[in-house]
Amino acid sequence: MTFPARAVTAVAVVAALPAPLLVSSFVTFQLTLVMVYGLAILGLNLLTGFNGQFSLGHGAFYGLGAYAAAVLIDRWEVPYFCTLPVAGALCFAVGFLFGMPALRLQGIYLALATFALAAAMPQILKFSPLEPLTGGVQGIVIAKPDPPLWLPLDADQWLYYFTLAVLLLMCAGAANLVRSRTGRAIMAIRDDPIAAAAMGINTALYKTLTFGVSALYTGVAGALGAIAVQFVAPDSFTFLLSISLLVGLVIGGVGSIPGSLVGGAFVLFVPNVAEAVSTGLAGAIYGAIMLLVIFVMPTGAAGFARIALARLATARHNRVKS
Amino acid sequence: MELFVHQVLAGLATGAIYALMALAVVMIYQAIGHLNFAQGEMAMVSTFIAWQVIQWGQPYWVAFTAAIVLSFLGGVAIERVLFRPLHNAPALSSLVAFIALFGILNSLAGFIWDFDIKTFPTPFGSKPLFGESLIGTHQAGMIGVTVAMLALLYLFFRGTRLGLAMRAAAANPESARLVGIRVGWMRALGWGMAAAVGAVAGMLIAPVVFLEPNMMLGVLMYGFAGAVLGGLTSPGGAVLGGFAVGVIENLVGAFIPYVGRELKLTIALLLIVAVLMVRPSGVFGRQIVTRV
Amino acid sequence: MMLEAEALDAFYGESQALFGVGFALDGGGVRALLGANGAGKTTVLRALCGMVRTRGDIRFDGRRISGWATEEIARLGIAHVPEGRGTFQTLTVEENLQLGAIARRDRAGIAADIERVYDHFPRFRERRRQQAGTLSGGEQQMLAVGRALMLRPRLLLLDEPSFGLAPRVVEELFAILRRVNRDMAVAMLIVEQNAALALDFAEHAYLLETGRIVMDAPAAVLGANESIRRAYLGY
Repeated sequence: MTFPARAVTAVAVVAALPAPLLVSSFVTFQLTLVMVYGLAILGLNLLTGFNGQFSLGHGAFYGLGAYAAAVLIDRWEVPYFCTLPVAGALCFAVGFLFGMPALRLQGIYLALATFALAAAMPQILKFSPLEPLTGGVQGIVIAKPDPPLWLPLDADQWLYYFTLAVLLLMCAGAANLVRSRTGRAIMAIRDDPIAAAAMGINTALYKTLTFGVSALYTGVAGALGAIAVQFVAPDSFTFLLSISLLVGLVIGGVGSIPGSLVGGAFVLFVPNVAEAVSTGLAGAIYGAIMLLVIFVMPTGAAGFARIALARLATARHNRVKS
Repeated sequence: MELFVHQVLAGLATGAIYALMALAVVMIYQAIGHLNFAQGEMAMVSTFIAWQVIQWGQPYWVAFTAAIVLSFLGGVAIERVLFRPLHNAPALSSLVAFIALFGILNSLAGFIWDFDIKTFPTPFGSKPLFGESLIGTHQAGMIGVTVAMLALLYLFFRGTRLGLAMRAAAANPESARLVGIRVGWMRALGWGMAAAVGAVAGMLIAPVVFLEPNMMLGVLMYGFAGAVLGGLTSPGGAVLGGFAVGVIENLVGAFIPYVGRELKLTIALLLIVAVLMVRPSGVFGRQIVTRV
Repeated sequence: MMLEAEALDAFYGESQALFGVGFALDGGGVRALLGANGAGKTTVLRALCGMVRTRGDIRFDGRRISGWATEEIARLGIAHVPEGRGTFQTLTVEENLQLGAIARRDRAGIAADIERVYDHFPRFRERRRQQAGTLSGGEQQMLAVGRALMLRPRLLLLDEPSFGLAPRVVEELFAILRRVNRDMAVAMLIVEQNAALALDFAEHAYLLETGRIVMDAPAAVLGANESIRRAYLGY
């Protein structure tokens, strides 16, 4: 990362640490959800932003991870922190398996196929034969995890720090991946798949792996989300969720890791703001804000920041020159 | 047997609507290379406009014409105001713009006309056609209007200079400019025509599914299914795909047990996926061959 | 002077491709733009058609057209046969020709002109309903020129018209271009890598090097200057 980006990230992390101690339980809960959505969007970013494969169906992976966590906690009394790796592994497998037929689909067709699967997800979850496992239409309720006894935190605060730790860990993982040779291969495939293949990159392998990793990230986010919300139900994971993730991706900035968090904040808070302005026109106001942001920042918040910093740098450079 | 024929005909009738939606979607796709996720909402608003005109005491055909004209102008306006500035933005940004448009139209419609179900009249009546119970007059009307519109559009695009200019602008915008075609206005025209086609679709389906702000969501999904099945590069294929989806939906609903309304939609969607696995560019779509 | 460019700069994004380019062309004149790969020859033609961002002056019939949209420039009677031909691959041969005349209104004149194009390029008459994408490279080049002629242009811009064509076909094409220039007083600005061909065809030539004009002389003079020929034109 460049120096300004590193500085901003450091400041953000430092600012995030004392937050739950300063605000109400509900706001802490909301901040936790911002991180959850940010992580989910990061997963989508890995696939769409860094690898160029359009997915309009990541809500399905989120839901899968959420249900995995809920079923493990509720049915088999697995401790909540153990559900994360399981959810991640499960989603990785499903994502990888989905990535294989996805190789045949280009651009808009892949988007539609993923959209179709995401839209079908609630129906699959409601499917009667699976009810003993999934709880059917009513879903599953899970208990909020207790904080460790030796920490003077309440449950919401503990959940916040737990989520923050997972988020930082996984962001670091993503940053490492992007910087590595594998990351460069993944991005090369996005920029020019034919050239990448001509250079000897095994595009099929990398594309399916990226699908898997992307699903893993979003699945872990789903598990965290289920733990935070303490509830999963089929209608929580409709195509609207997939659309929200996509909106968050674009607004935050495609191909930007910190942008994913900005996107998460956007899709959590802005609909509430719109609702507060006018309940009847909430959708219209949300849409209008979305349009405004897209017009002003077509490359998302991260792209805007990049351009602004570049302009500042040029201005400084010009001043120094003269 | 009679049930089968009845279901096929009913399927063709609803398929006619899906075909119109698929056509509108493909028209915009060919003009700007993006899928219009708000096409259904645009059609829904057009239908509400027609309903409103009828509420103000005007006869059906006045309302029908007004809705089409206003939808055409609305489509042109949306392209000029909303999507022209986004022309050079990344594809995903345009997608978000469509999502925003969807939300705005849906919310506005609910705000202005509320979410209660309303009835919408049909000019064709609802008696059985020819006295048989195989197909109703409205259903026959849907098929008839769809076929007529397709014929008109085909003649327009193949037989007129403006149609040729629009095809050229979609196929190769840069070369089109070099021969003096105002590509921006061609795009706006494409949008206007797609909006008008959507309006017709909305006004034809409303008597069947009843008029309310969320009425077009399922229809749009089926329209997408039809467009993808037929191939996004082929308007004719998209239309055939729409009809096919309608027939399949009806047959599945009638002959396979435990399939309710929502599961029908799931099956339609899974159909899209299945087709794409076998033929990634749709049944009639052109395989995009890239020269290295 | 029908066409004049003065102090013309052109940009691709942030990088500058042309520096202070200036030239002129009168009605019916034929001039050539020569230079090595990447010198900026194609950029000049694109700048004239408003396809790249420019700074400076471009005047056509005394009217300033810099900053105009490409389609408006085309409607003034400037036809551009671009690099890569720009044929409408999915449309038929006849549709491609009709598109050349899409901005015109005289039906009878258009029909007559199509016939005239078929006279120039007889092979197209039997292939009129064939998809343009299925034609050979040489035929597509001819089609692109034919389409440009359908505009009834006063100025024809040609970008590497000989590229990828067999020598006999090149001869045919340039014979047609000569006829068109002579009979219909169409001015031509031609970009060519084949300098010998260009200097034989044009009356005046400009030599470009990394975005600047380094020589501006009648074709005969350029062709006779041996050091220039060896250094820039490769023969």
